[in-house]
Amino acid sequence: MLTAHIQLRLGALDLDAAVEAVPGEIVALLGPNGAGKTTFLRAVAGLVRPDHARVLLDDVVLEDTATGVHVPTERRPIGIVFQQHLLFPHLSVLENVAFGLRARHRPEARTAAMAWLERVGLGRYAGARPSALSGGEAQRVALARALAIDPRLLLLDEPLSALDATTRVEVRRELRRHLASFSGARLLVTHDPLEAAALADRLVILEEGRVVQSGPVDEVTRHPRSRFVADLVGVNLLRGRADGGVIALEGGQQLTALDATDGPVFAVIHPRSVAIHRRHPEGTPRNVWAGSVRSVDLLGERARVWVGGTLPIVAEVSASAVRDLDLRERAEVWVSVKAAEVAVYPA
Amino acid sequence: MSSEPIPRPFAVLAALAAALFLLPLLGLLVRFPWSDAFGALASPEILTATGLSLVTSLGATALSILLGVPLAVVYARARFRGLRVIRALTTLPMVLPPVVGGVALLVAFGRRGLAGQWLDSAFGIRIPFTTAAAILAATFVAMPFLVLTVEAGLRSMDRRYEEAARSLGADRWTVFRRVTLPLVAPSLYAGAVLCWARALGEFGATITFAGNVPGSTQTLPLAVYIALESRPEAAIALSLVLLLLSLVVLVALRDRYLPTR
Repeated sequence: MLTAHIQLRLGALDLDAAVEAVPGEIVALLGPNGAGKTTFLRAVAGLVRPDHARVLLDDVVLEDTATGVHVPTERRPIGIVFQQHLLFPHLSVLENVAFGLRARHRPEARTAAMAWLERVGLGRYAGARPSALSGGEAQRVALARALAIDPRLLLLDEPLSALDATTRVEVRRELRRHLASFSGARLLVTHDPLEAAALADRLVILEEGRVVQSGPVDEVTRHPRSRFVADLVGVNLLRGRADGGVIALEGGQQLTALDATDGPVFAVIHPRSVAIHRRHPEGTPRNVWAGSVRSVDLLGERARVWVGGTLPIVAEVSASAVRDLDLRERAEVWVSVKAAEVAVYPA
Repeated sequence: MSSEPIPRPFAVLAALAAALFLLPLLGLLVRFPWSDAFGALASPEILTATGLSLVTSLGATALSILLGVPLAVVYARARFRGLRVIRALTTLPMVLPPVVGGVALLVAFGRRGLAGQWLDSAFGIRIPFTTAAAILAATFVAMPFLVLTVEAGLRSMDRRYEEAARSLGADRWTVFRRVTLPLVAPSLYAGAVLCWARALGEFGATITFAGNVPGSTQTLPLAVYIALESRPEAAIALSLVLLLLSLVVLVALRDRYLPTR
């Protein structure tokens, strides 16, 4: 288990954040550029010295500025997948994976490295240079290299940002599969809410160096506690399988969408696109269902209304609409979403 | 390929400039003893000087790599008071008249020199007028080329690779040996070739500090200078050989110093 509290001033950044991750859990540190995510990650890895910090991994103190403990990076049992993968260009793919094993004087480094390469399905590239790999393949090698040293914690710094949009979905699927096979804690840094939701169990939202909210993915997206978090991740994220423009959701309900590619998908509906009515709406919205209001959160001039029922969803309406429609807890309402407002991403 | 019009006075001056370089080359080619090149070159003193030049230039290159790479690492990575001054002083031989370098070496390592006196009394080592002196003189003038080139390579390399290596458990020496050094290898190669070429051509510091002793300090440039008096055809032949060698160096480093379109 990782327990890390990092305080660090670096240029314009004033970082003061605490994050925990238990074995088997994937935690995503999510925030805009400059929020301090990568700096936090680097401090956990020991690549940057914090002003004040306490980092524990499985009850071993890696960093404690109060007692002057600082375990250097090379002796921390932490594997890192870097943003640009950083495969050593002068070494073969196999030697890249074997690098950590050799540095730790493990016997049979080549054999073990080969086993890891086979595990990520790239045994045939053992003798190739990293420059011969595609972005997705390079990432799998980077992952194999990080996992080969048998770390207790895996850190991933924007693992998908170096990839182009067309390969990202495929690589994300693979990454999720390979991440699942690692039993330690995993801490992922990303600025992409969809990436965080697709890969992580829990979100930690970082804003200007501070943790503003953390919790399970569904909880944070459904109940953002600030305008900032709502804008960042406060969307309705539904998983399902698309077939001919109709998405069968995991809960059994159906959604109609435009331009949905067949197969497993994320359906993203922005709360502002969700309309709430007191009576069954007229007109052409393709997705209409009944529900009852579970909660109403006022965030400034707007309100987030959580509607429970067969298809729980969050709507964002103006504060005046809350008054006009008399939206209170347990109020019976109709919900509608236009098919064009359902954004579909391959999962 | 279309050419931009060049003003006439410029074209004339440019032609003069080119002629300044091309005429001496032409002269060497014209006066080269084509009929008996082998005879001119195969004399014992020239063969001796050639062997000695290989020993001193390669020795100076090896010494420059051994001492210069660590110096480049310090210049690229260390921060302490006086670093800039030391760096400037160790770069000085690139612009210093080599004769001055020879005099300075003599004052330092000569029999009555600052360090030479001590070396003589403590170990009985006398450097001046030995092959070691010729190597030292060549190192003095040539090492800055290697240091500056390697330093530039270290400064421009992506240091995140070193972080990746450390995260994989490599200590600082392993990181340097297996990541840093291979990544700056092109700079090290270029620096070593430049250093070797400069060491091979060294004249002023060598003749001042090491003297002109056939068999122990008379390197090729010195032999050429001496031969010009007695056997000019040998001097010309040797000059052309050295020129071709320089051309090979230039071609070897073409990616660095010749523009590729």
